[in-house]
Amino acid sequence: MSKSRFTKIVSVMVSVLMVAGLVAGCGDQQADIIKIGANLEMTGGNATFGQSATNGAKLAIKQTNDKGGVLGKQLTLVVADNKSEAAEAANAMQKLVTQDKVVAVIAPIASSSVIAAAQVNAENKVLAISPTASNPKVTVDPATGKVRDYNFRAAFIDPFQGSVMAVFAQKSLNAKTAAIYIDNSSDYAKGLGHFFKETFEKNGGTIVTSEAYLAKDTDFKATLTKIKAQTPDVVFVPGYYQEVGMIIKQARELGLTVPFLGGDGWDSAKLPEIGGAQALNNSFFSNHYSPDDNSPDVVAFVEAYKKEYNQTPDAFAALSYDATMMVIQAMKRANSADPVKIKDELANTKDYQAVSGLISFNTTHDPVKSAVIIEMKEGKQTFREKVNP
Amino acid sequence: MDSSSLVVQLGQQLINGISLGSIYALIALGYTMVYGIIRLINFAHGDIYMVGAYAGFFATSVLKLSFIPALLFSMAAAGMLGIIIERIAYRPLRNAPKIAILITAIGVSLLIEYTTMLLVSPQPRTFPAIFTADIYHIAGLVINSQQVLILVVSLLLMISLTYVVHQTKMGKAMRAVSFDTDASRLMGINVDRVISFTFGIGSALAAAAGVLVGIYYNSIDPLMGIMPGLKAFVAAVIGGIGNIPGAMLGGTILGVIEALVSGFWSSTFRDAVAFGILIVILLLRPAGLLGKNIREKV
Amino acid sequence: MRAKTKTDIAGLVACILVYAAIQGLILTEFIGPFWQLNIILIGINIILAVSLNLINGFTGQFSIGHAGFMAVGAYVSAVLTVKLQLPFLAAIVGGALGAGALGFAIGLPTLRLRGDYLAIATLGLGEIIRICILNIQYVGGASGFMGIPRYTDFTWVFALVVFTVFVIKNFIDSTHGRACISIRENEIAAEAMGVDTTKYKVLAFTIGAAFAGVAGSLFAHYFYIAHPASFTFMRSFDILTMVVLGGLGSITGSITGAVLLTFVSATLASYPEWRMIIYSVVLIILMIYRPQGLLGNKELSLKLLGRLTGGKKHGSA
Repeated sequence: MSKSRFTKIVSVMVSVLMVAGLVAGCGDQQADIIKIGANLEMTGGNATFGQSATNGAKLAIKQTNDKGGVLGKQLTLVVADNKSEAAEAANAMQKLVTQDKVVAVIAPIASSSVIAAAQVNAENKVLAISPTASNPKVTVDPATGKVRDYNFRAAFIDPFQGSVMAVFAQKSLNAKTAAIYIDNSSDYAKGLGHFFKETFEKNGGTIVTSEAYLAKDTDFKATLTKIKAQTPDVVFVPGYYQEVGMIIKQARELGLTVPFLGGDGWDSAKLPEIGGAQALNNSFFSNHYSPDDNSPDVVAFVEAYKKEYNQTPDAFAALSYDATMMVIQAMKRANSADPVKIKDELANTKDYQAVSGLISFNTTHDPVKSAVIIEMKEGKQTFREKVNP
Repeated sequence: MDSSSLVVQLGQQLINGISLGSIYALIALGYTMVYGIIRLINFAHGDIYMVGAYAGFFATSVLKLSFIPALLFSMAAAGMLGIIIERIAYRPLRNAPKIAILITAIGVSLLIEYTTMLLVSPQPRTFPAIFTADIYHIAGLVINSQQVLILVVSLLLMISLTYVVHQTKMGKAMRAVSFDTDASRLMGINVDRVISFTFGIGSALAAAAGVLVGIYYNSIDPLMGIMPGLKAFVAAVIGGIGNIPGAMLGGTILGVIEALVSGFWSSTFRDAVAFGILIVILLLRPAGLLGKNIREKV
Repeated sequence: MRAKTKTDIAGLVACILVYAAIQGLILTEFIGPFWQLNIILIGINIILAVSLNLINGFTGQFSIGHAGFMAVGAYVSAVLTVKLQLPFLAAIVGGALGAGALGFAIGLPTLRLRGDYLAIATLGLGEIIRICILNIQYVGGASGFMGIPRYTDFTWVFALVVFTVFVIKNFIDSTHGRACISIRENEIAAEAMGVDTTKYKVLAFTIGAAFAGVAGSLFAHYFYIAHPASFTFMRSFDILTMVVLGGLGSITGSITGAVLLTFVSATLASYPEWRMIIYSVVLIILMIYRPQGLLGNKELSLKLLGRLTGGKKHGSA
């Protein structure tokens, strides 16, 4: 290809891209559509979670549209990828809020990304509700100590979940010693680990060792051998299901038979697939709801999700579904698509029957809901106890 | 025997390390052969390993093949992919500046990762259980039958490779081309075909590693090849890049060191240690443990 | 007045005009917040690309760990503003010094390596830096360093871009720059001609690292948070792509590359699954058909524009 021809081709490509960009950017709000934004991790390290969450949000919107939409208009989900990175999250939020002019945003999975984008929400007065971000700083600004007016979340915060498992270990399993094995690249896991330790020690227990792994690791045997040598009564592994499944499988292979405990990051149909049904016996985790739950909402959601996507929903999908539905409900109650009014009504959510439990927002925009402790038996999640906040 | 005694722990970590190391060795072989022949660090190699794992997944769960046919299927598929990549992306750049080919390799790597993600979604997949793991307890140590399988298969493949390289005509051609490409061409060797063959074999070995990993760890995802790819490169360098027994040795050493670091220090620094070793080797003994020191002539 | 001073003043006036134009557009809200963010991102990427070009393009050293230096600059400057309450300028200088010092410390032993080996070593070093930061609780570890005030705005970014380009351009045109270029062309010959290759390689590396630190400081103080996930190998690779796209050894090329790629990335944000695929395909095609990049190692200058538009402009300088 000769030099000048190449240059011409490149200049044409570039101009086309620039025009496309401008056109895409300057889309105006069509009169009969309400846009909800999704600022989620579609690529990068957290892509599995972001994609699940997107599915959950899309399902909520589809169901609402099938019933006639909101305020007589149809809803669409505008998705922006934050590449699992805090800086991109701010960029994506900026685009959704100022270019696409969405009325509310389903915020990123990762707390750090939500926080990076929080200023954009506050300045533009459009709310962000994260399905899963669990760091307390997401809803409370650490610099001022005040609640962030435009940030909400659909999941428990770390302090609650961490202590729930500690109390369970000590009361129901009579554990005196515990080992903690956390995902060092996840602030969710670190948060849970920290609060578990606090509660466990406060009630007289001893943490014999604290170990860490990194997301995407596959071989844990070396550290598990180390943990086994310390003979803990229980092992707390508050990470995500991909690694937890492998950790428990390898632990059992090494002969480590004590109970394993975890948090809602375990919730996925893939967990028993990866770990193996037998290996997962004698392990427990805290969750928002139990799929055992015969309550019609849970059953209906699981059915609908399976029908739409041909997979069983995991916690990310369920929480995202709830977050989106809560926004829609708030819109209905406010009887308006004005972002500020939606935000006000969302803050007033009381006793909303979500898939993941009965939700009310407290003064810091965190959901007050009970946790359930799930026991894995023969590869199935079974209800063990309920814990109220 | 007290299971927490240091000797037993050490032994256990060694076992963990050796099975991990065999995987690194298999992937490192591909790296080292390609580098030996065209001086290219094929960044996309780790992703071929991933494609091999997915091919194995496809073979066992959709085609319902048993272990050996699935392994062969996956090796063949990856081998072809490797040859295609070489033909389309690397051959046109044979005479281009080094940095261009490196960037192309990175581009190919990204392309494979994200196309796979688009096709099969980023959700991890699990292999169907074609092997139940038997656990052996020997002298306080725990050995998994799958670990034994990995070791045996790796050794068999490495021995086959050594045979091909030293006893066949193609192998001789490969050695000739890696020693001096121009002279080989002058001697009538079809250099292009040799290079394609090298890519094919290297990719097939990486795919075998992928299938073994899929069975052993039971979980595969589109981004699983990045870290093992880089680590395998480190392993190849440790052993001496361009040197086949070196790759095997380097892989094993790296696996054992990683296991020891995780077991006796902290597994979060495991990757940092691996890269640290790389830098130390490059500074102190760049030819690697088994490599020859080739002086650069002016 | 000497011709060179005339061009310098012309250049300065041009910069002020461009600045005034864009700042005006921002203040009158003509350029919305989304594009504002991207303009700042473009500025940061220009600094990164030009500084990497100094190492890779002009000195011919294969460094693909640039994100590590950016990270050091980001974290050091954040610590200075948040924990030590220092003003922004001090933080930027601190970030640059920190990154530069690390560049020096790393450069001295590793720049003995050549080609591919240096590439992998720098890649590994970038990862080591990131993993270490991930494990330091004082700066937030895996949660990231939160609560960084937003001091970066267009004025700061523009000023630092101009400063960076000015410094590096003058470095290249000086005897030091010539030494670096000679190292790129043929290291052994340069050594034979009496050029202290180690000194110049390390010097280029350190300066490049220091400017990456500056970019990192700007970055951290715009997004309120510094997180290890922003400084992975992908970031290093993005910067490298900008440099190679624009042309190794061309400063205007790096600027062009940075602008183009940031723009493309922003435009493709709506199609996440396809974005990376398109990006990598475009990259591969570019490398196959034009590996020297858009501008090769020529600079986009008034002379060149003059020739393109057909006519004699100022006489040859």
